[in-house]
Amino acid sequence: MSRILRLLVLGGGTILVLFPFVFMISTSLKPQSEVFSASLTLIPAHWGALENYTKAITRIPMGRILINGVIVCATIVVFQIVFALPAAYALAKLRFRGREVLFALVLLGLLVPIHAISIPLYAAARVLGLLNTLAVLIVPFTLSVFAIFLFRQFIKAIPDNLILAARSDGLSEAAIVWRIILPNAWPAASAFAIFSVVAHWNDLYWPLIAISKTHLATPPLGLLFFRAAEAGDDYGALMAATVIITAPLVLFFLFAQRLFIEGMTMTGLKG
Amino acid sequence: MTPSPRDAAAAIETRAAWRLAGPTALLMLLLLVLPTLAVLALSFTDAELGAPDITFLGLDAYTDLLSDRTFKGALRNTALYVALVAPASVLLGLGLAMLIEAEVGGRAFFRSVYFLPVVSLIVAMASVWQYLMHPSFGPINLLLRMLGFAGVNWLGSSDNVLAALALIGIWQALGFNMVLFLAGLTAIDRTLYAAAEMDGVRSAWDRFRTVTWPMLGPTTLFVTTISVINAVKVFETVATLTQGGPAKASETLLWVIYQEGFVYLHIGTASAMAVVFIALLLFLLVIQTRVLDKQVHYG
Repeated sequence: MSRILRLLVLGGGTILVLFPFVFMISTSLKPQSEVFSASLTLIPAHWGALENYTKAITRIPMGRILINGVIVCATIVVFQIVFALPAAYALAKLRFRGREVLFALVLLGLLVPIHAISIPLYAAARVLGLLNTLAVLIVPFTLSVFAIFLFRQFIKAIPDNLILAARSDGLSEAAIVWRIILPNAWPAASAFAIFSVVAHWNDLYWPLIAISKTHLATPPLGLLFFRAAEAGDDYGALMAATVIITAPLVLFFLFAQRLFIEGMTMTGLKG
Repeated sequence: MTPSPRDAAAAIETRAAWRLAGPTALLMLLLLVLPTLAVLALSFTDAELGAPDITFLGLDAYTDLLSDRTFKGALRNTALYVALVAPASVLLGLGLAMLIEAEVGGRAFFRSVYFLPVVSLIVAMASVWQYLMHPSFGPINLLLRMLGFAGVNWLGSSDNVLAALALIGIWQALGFNMVLFLAGLTAIDRTLYAAAEMDGVRSAWDRFRTVTWPMLGPTTLFVTTISVINAVKVFETVATLTQGGPAKASETLLWVIYQEGFVYLHIGTASAMAVVFIALLLFLLVIQTRVLDKQVHYG
């Protein structure tokens, strides 16, 4: 009895949560007249899919925008791990002068989001001629103090004996980071990678500031350009664009659900 | 005086550490420390982009903010948005997590369904919500009219716009809070429930009150803090759907910082707002730490 009640609540919630996705797909298939006809039917009487999706990929350079998103997110996450892991190892396992200062800066960094320092970063990018390049979307995020913080906690739990053994085998400290620490910290690294990709795939604030050319847009900014180019209420085409732009990360999630949920849980609780 | 072997070893370790952390420390200086100092310095001036001369205003920039109606409005709107989104997404996330935890068969399915909005591009889903909330042909109002209610002007009325944005915010944040609570629930020692039952705890509510809620304390605190901070940072839905309108009713903190800095190019004012923003985040973290210190720690 209580199970039936529970399933009713969870099922009702499922309908509410999926409601936007269902209408997004349904509306992307409808011709404009049916969108305006104010009916709740999900299956279109006439198909507008071809027209809507053609508009979605021709009004803005959709392929280019998705590739921009992939390039930016992938490059950011690689740089973040390459810079964070050695620093995190040093903070976790080495005793050195300046360690407390460095760690204090990491904690400061956890507090200061990009939004708060975007003005000087914008000014610097302008002086360096980096505005309207893919580089400007990447450089400010190559440093992730959150990654340093997360990896440091994880590396602290790796036994010292493992590191001492590697040292007595003649491994350099850099070799220890990449050949001993990285494989052992892999759960933290993959969790962080998921977190980072979700965050930067979604980010609108910095791209909106630094990019004004459509062909350099990331997916969120590209959709804003699409909305600006699409005057009026052409929701069919807009929904087609949202389907295309939402699909990559959602499909990735559906194929790797455990990785996503465990990754977001680990980074969420440590954040 | 020759250095002792211990000093020599320490020097070697320091050198090795800085070879590893040096590049990262340099990046930290360039991308974090200097920009933060620059924002702080700019916040004491009347700097404008393109204007060559800068006057030092000292704290006047901040006292000006106190009488700035746009900024005060943005603080009020943000506070209201947070007050709507954070409690609802925390409590609903907890409720969902408990229902899913108790479920045997469909656990993975429900978990993935509720998590889906977290991985869906927020700008795109905001556009979908805009269609759902369209006053004349949006499905939500069609449903309301079918059920005999009047349609609601969701995003177009200054009375409703924050609530409408909050609805989208709750929908987005729910799944994230749920998985954090699920992790917290899994970590609770099962024997505690058995012990509670031996002590005469029978009803589900009493089990929740005596075991689940106290054991979840640290998780709840974390989830609440994250929810509040994320809600304070609301920007994407505002930029996509309302641009702060109608009649400034959905101008939030990040939206006005963006407008001042990058549309009106009032760098001094925008910097002072950014400093207030950082101070607000610091304040939230101090509260979190205080509460954490006061709380009894289990496990």
